[in-house]
Amino acid sequence: MIVLHAKNLSKGFTLHLQGGVHIPVLSELDLQLRAGECVALSGPSGAGKTTLMRSLYGNYRASGGRILVRHRGEMLDLAAADPRTILAVRDETLGYVSQFLRVVPRVAAVDVVSEVLVRRGTGVEEARHRAAGLLQRLNIPQRLHGLPPATFSGGEQQRVNLARGFIGGHPILLLDEPTASLDAANQTVVVEMVREAKARGTAIVAICHDVEVRNAIADRLFEVSPLQEAA
Amino acid sequence: MSQGTLLSARRVSLAFGTIHALREVELDLWPGEVLAIVGESGSGKTTLLNLVSGRLRPDAGAVWYRDPDGALHDVHAMPDPALRRLHRSDWGFVDQNPRENLRMGVTAGGNVGERLMAQGARHYGSIREAAIDWLEQVEIDPDRIDDFPRTFSGGMLQRLQIARTLVTHPRLVFMDEPTGGLDVSVQARLLDLIRTLVARLDIAVMLVTHDVAVARLLAHRIVVMQGGRVVETGLTDQVLDDPQHAYTQLLVSSVLHA
Repeated sequence: MIVLHAKNLSKGFTLHLQGGVHIPVLSELDLQLRAGECVALSGPSGAGKTTLMRSLYGNYRASGGRILVRHRGEMLDLAAADPRTILAVRDETLGYVSQFLRVVPRVAAVDVVSEVLVRRGTGVEEARHRAAGLLQRLNIPQRLHGLPPATFSGGEQQRVNLARGFIGGHPILLLDEPTASLDAANQTVVVEMVREAKARGTAIVAICHDVEVRNAIADRLFEVSPLQEAA
Repeated sequence: MSQGTLLSARRVSLAFGTIHALREVELDLWPGEVLAIVGESGSGKTTLLNLVSGRLRPDAGAVWYRDPDGALHDVHAMPDPALRRLHRSDWGFVDQNPRENLRMGVTAGGNVGERLMAQGARHYGSIREAAIDWLEQVEIDPDRIDDFPRTFSGGMLQRLQIARTLVTHPRLVFMDEPTGGLDVSVQARLLDLIRTLVARLDIAVMLVTHDVAVARLLAHRIVVMQGGRVVETGLTDQVLDDPQHAYTQLLVSSVLHA
């Protein structure tokens, strides 16, 4: 079953502060993703992998084409959806783990992680309990759960970010360098979590420079090639 | 006005003499949604807030409010007593300067309880109980309930204003630079409080701010204003991460990252 289909997707940026120069990044790209499958984006730095990922999430606005997402049983075009629909898709269907955690002042790690569950109506105690379990699995010790992640190390923040992304059990997950600043033991945990999610039918798009991790999770590669600047 | 919108502005314009403060502004707010209006000083954002809340009258265009029964009201065609009633019950206002909204000669508890009494609450014990509860929710020591606001710090005054506004469970709160003029550490606490309370009570907020970091933290959607016009609007992270309009690109690129 296809759960995500980027169809003729184009994305470019017009930089008004640089004299209106237009930079095309993605051109009429076609990507299909099935439930339970993991596609890794490949290509050199600057080719547009993160731009593609952000476009799929609706964080960047597509310049052309469609982003069809299976949401509540029907294909919906995220590129044409209104803001409230996009937020609903992100709450229920489409999860995203960015490279860096954007921390909110004063909010405890356990609440950062459980937020999406609470928003969906899970009781706070139950949501915290599940968040704590996931943090524990990612080797974030319990004494840190009640602290805001602002003071955590880069690797700890990334694991909080991963827990936050995985807790919702979204049918589609976008992972941007999920293991970049993790040690071998934690990489193994993440690989296990990705495999379990796939077994449950979760479709995953990943950017992953680490070849070993990539081979361990990806079913196939999707090449993102740089466009010629002259366009 | 779209189905289900709480508040809609349709082509509202307002000029002060030869200065066009607002030009054909369109705006929608849905129940439970936090909408940030960003732009530099003089862009018209505070004027827009004052206009949609009925404090100012447009030269052209109209603002519609949908009451809890689903009936639509033209805000500027409402009789004054009805508008005042709306401000006492369904709506709330949080000003940048809490002294505008608080009564400095009345105790902290009185400031909170007063809004309830204006709505018809008469039982002293339950009003005091609600005041204590709300002081706790905004992290003011309930032992300060009989103190006068003039003994409070700036951050405490702002939190007291929020308690006074939210005690009646409004459906819509207008906020004008609620963290302006406060120390950064005090700002973070206040933002976290606003974020938590608004989500828990499912309140719609129209928030004016010049600080895009505040907008990112609190708002679902952003409206960018320049020279009295709306130049860009959309999902908060889209507008801030992939700004389309030249002015939004300038605004976003001017932010210092700590």
